[in-house]
Amino acid sequence: MTEAAGGNPQLSGLAGSGPTTQSPPAASPNDQGSFSPWGGFSRRSPLAALILQRLALSVALLFAVSLMIFGGVEALPGDFATTYLGQSATPQAVENIRKDLGLDQPATTRYFQWLGGALQGDFGTSWASRNSVSEQIGKRLGNSLFLAFFAALISIPLAIGLGMLAVQFRDRLADKVINVFSLAAISLPEFFVGYLLILFFAVQMGIATFPATVYDGMGFTQRLSAIALPTATLVLVVLAHMMRMTRAAILNVMSSAYVETAELKGLSGLRIIARHAAPNAVAPVINVIALNLAYLVVGVVVVEVVFVYPGMGQYMVDAVTVRDMPVVQACGLIFAAFYIFLNMTADILAIIANPRLRHPR
Amino acid sequence: MTDYTDYLARQVLLGKMNRREFMGRAAAFGVTLAAAGTMFDTAARAQEPKRGGHLKLGLEGAAATDSKDPAKSLSQFTFVAGRCWGDMLVESEPLTGAPVPALAESWEPSADAATWTFNIRKGVKFHDGKELTIDDVIKTLQRHTDEKSESGALGVMKSIKEIKADGDKLVLVLTEGNADLPLLLTDYHLVIQPNGGLDDPNAMIGTGPYKVASFEPGVRATFEKNADDWRSDRGFVDSVELIAMNDATARIAALSSGQVHYINRVDPKTVDLLKRAPTVEILNTSGRGHYVFIMHCNTAPFDNNDLRLALKYAMDRETMVQKILGGYGKIGNDFPINETYALFPEGIEQRAYDPDKAAFHYKKSGHDGTVLLRTSDVAFPGAVDAAVLYQESAKKAGINVEVKREPGDGYWSNVWNVQPFSTSYWGGRPTQDQMYSTAYLSTADWNDTRFLRPDFDKILLEARSELDEAKRKEMYHTMGMMVRDEGGLILPMFNDFVNAASKQVKGYVHDIGNDMSNGYVATRVWLES
Repeated sequence: MTEAAGGNPQLSGLAGSGPTTQSPPAASPNDQGSFSPWGGFSRRSPLAALILQRLALSVALLFAVSLMIFGGVEALPGDFATTYLGQSATPQAVENIRKDLGLDQPATTRYFQWLGGALQGDFGTSWASRNSVSEQIGKRLGNSLFLAFFAALISIPLAIGLGMLAVQFRDRLADKVINVFSLAAISLPEFFVGYLLILFFAVQMGIATFPATVYDGMGFTQRLSAIALPTATLVLVVLAHMMRMTRAAILNVMSSAYVETAELKGLSGLRIIARHAAPNAVAPVINVIALNLAYLVVGVVVVEVVFVYPGMGQYMVDAVTVRDMPVVQACGLIFAAFYIFLNMTADILAIIANPRLRHPR
Repeated sequence: MTDYTDYLARQVLLGKMNRREFMGRAAAFGVTLAAAGTMFDTAARAQEPKRGGHLKLGLEGAAATDSKDPAKSLSQFTFVAGRCWGDMLVESEPLTGAPVPALAESWEPSADAATWTFNIRKGVKFHDGKELTIDDVIKTLQRHTDEKSESGALGVMKSIKEIKADGDKLVLVLTEGNADLPLLLTDYHLVIQPNGGLDDPNAMIGTGPYKVASFEPGVRATFEKNADDWRSDRGFVDSVELIAMNDATARIAALSSGQVHYINRVDPKTVDLLKRAPTVEILNTSGRGHYVFIMHCNTAPFDNNDLRLALKYAMDRETMVQKILGGYGKIGNDFPINETYALFPEGIEQRAYDPDKAAFHYKKSGHDGTVLLRTSDVAFPGAVDAAVLYQESAKKAGINVEVKREPGDGYWSNVWNVQPFSTSYWGGRPTQDQMYSTAYLSTADWNDTRFLRPDFDKILLEARSELDEAKRKEMYHTMGMMVRDEGGLILPMFNDFVNAASKQVKGYVHDIGNDMSNGYVATRVWLES
């Protein structure tokens, strides 16, 4: 477990990572007093109660996030009108835009107007391009998920497999090679990994597609070939974290008595790891996987820029630079929702994997 | 002489000499710059354009917030896109900057240059099959005059009082005479749209050489050849693809791996590395854009002309061009005009780095203590480095410059045009009159040097309506001298536009009007297989 404490340096900067990383022990359902209907419900189906509780908490968190994003963008110097016009801002033009967008109203009014729209599922129109935010986000989110999905599809089985291998051959050559390689990959900044891949596979060998621009009407195989390099970069970046967590968690379990029993029974090493140790090591691994999944969706701005990939991160950065509030808000909410959802899923899976957590003492 | 220039022209034809070399050698042989330019062009154009192919451009400057409406075009990406699908009334000649006909066939000013009559070209079809009418032209210009359109050309259009038709001719009545009006209509926002774009400003339907096939803001745009194009001397490729590439390294990788044919904004710091690639050609064009250090003439301590002169003499221009622009630029002379403008006033002595003179004026000014210079990375590429270089060169003259680095966010609203001494940049303007009216007229919003001189304003207004070119040139000479010697502008350098293309790309026209062949790159080049 000690090895995991260092955490993935790339993850530490993520929005919202603070409160949700180490799933805080939610207020115990039993606190409510044993005679309330809630108490009865939570005793009969503790899992459902926990999920409901988490959902309610998520909604509250989303509100807090939207408020923080709004406050943050408000606090930046310059508003949309001045930033959008940049050096070419005349007082008249600025005034026109402000009036047009209702920026002359106080911030609280604007926030509640936006909130009212968002609650009805209307994220409004982008201030800069005057297009529907939902429509634009739909495309970008699809692209981001597409990339994240394939990166996860490769990296998760690979990480777990390598982790088990490392345990099997612990402190021997294979373990050391895996460790050194994955540590090296995680130590290099992701843009540098990206540039190296571009240099070798696109510029010198000319076998990979670059730039990774995807667009409407592109065939599925074309898309796959376009995302090959960014996927490879992401896999290299997230692999080490998950692999090392798997290794540490399994090693932790390996020292317990029942593993010794299994060994004494004469079971093979890999079988012990896969059938006996791994299921009990699954909770911390799931947590790390969830974090990395969230990172794959939310934190890949740099990779998107390097590979010219039109995902959500790039979209949000564009919007922040011109203070395009509706877009920033919508992106922020979606990111936060993803983060919360993945963490919740991780918690629930951990509870399912470990029945002891379901019955708090 | 003719033998030698013929030889040079042959070298050009063989692709052995670029424009810069040709101009340099021809000039050394006593050929005037303008004549050399024309000769180079003739030689370069002697190559027969090849039609067909798919042209891919990797462009910096696109954002998800880009608008399809030409009135709101702000980025380099929409600039090139607009030139692909649309036409203005007037274009500018790439080498001389003179106005040449586009959708307007010809024009005639009144004697006071306050009323202009344009003949609109006939038989031109929009992409949707409708024929261009005088009504479309009038509606377009009216839309850009409307404050609500948020048009980037609003400043240009302000001087037009009335837009009307006289039969099938367009008549523009100005608030005051302006000899440069045709050049103002070359503004890239003023794309003529069916019904002026009032029905749908985002339709991207125009009269240009390419029709829009797809446009995804901040990602990609594709165009197909317009078979009904009214001009045969442009639009040589079958299809064009613009790809948004905001990362400088990504652009260079894409070009050197052959994935795109052309990229813009090559970083001067890496241009020498890119030059080594055998398939790549660097395209640098002198431009009107300039990087500036600006002082407010009405704010202490900069209200003292001796201090201003001291700070001007303390600028080491040659070093700036070498270090900040990597040699891809020309030194400036503290007035915002260079020889790419029509009616450039020759014979103004070049100001050089002179610590002794700087020290002399500094002492005379009686200023004591440091001079605070504010800068930021967004002011221009390398602005912070330039400020530190300046600090060094000023120190040799005994002037203590304190450099304060400001955050990029809000620099344009909180520092530039607000604080008395800061760094900034200016893009070029189509005419000298425009440049001076935008930033040196007493009443201008962007008078960022607080140059408040009624005598200057008077000459500026007189020159505007003067149709006699010799007289105008004389006036521009006087104005240039006033800004140079009494203004608040320190202009160390004019930056070249540095782009790069694969050697497959032929027919690239170096246009002094603006970056990327004045935005016309996709319509002017062809692909050699």
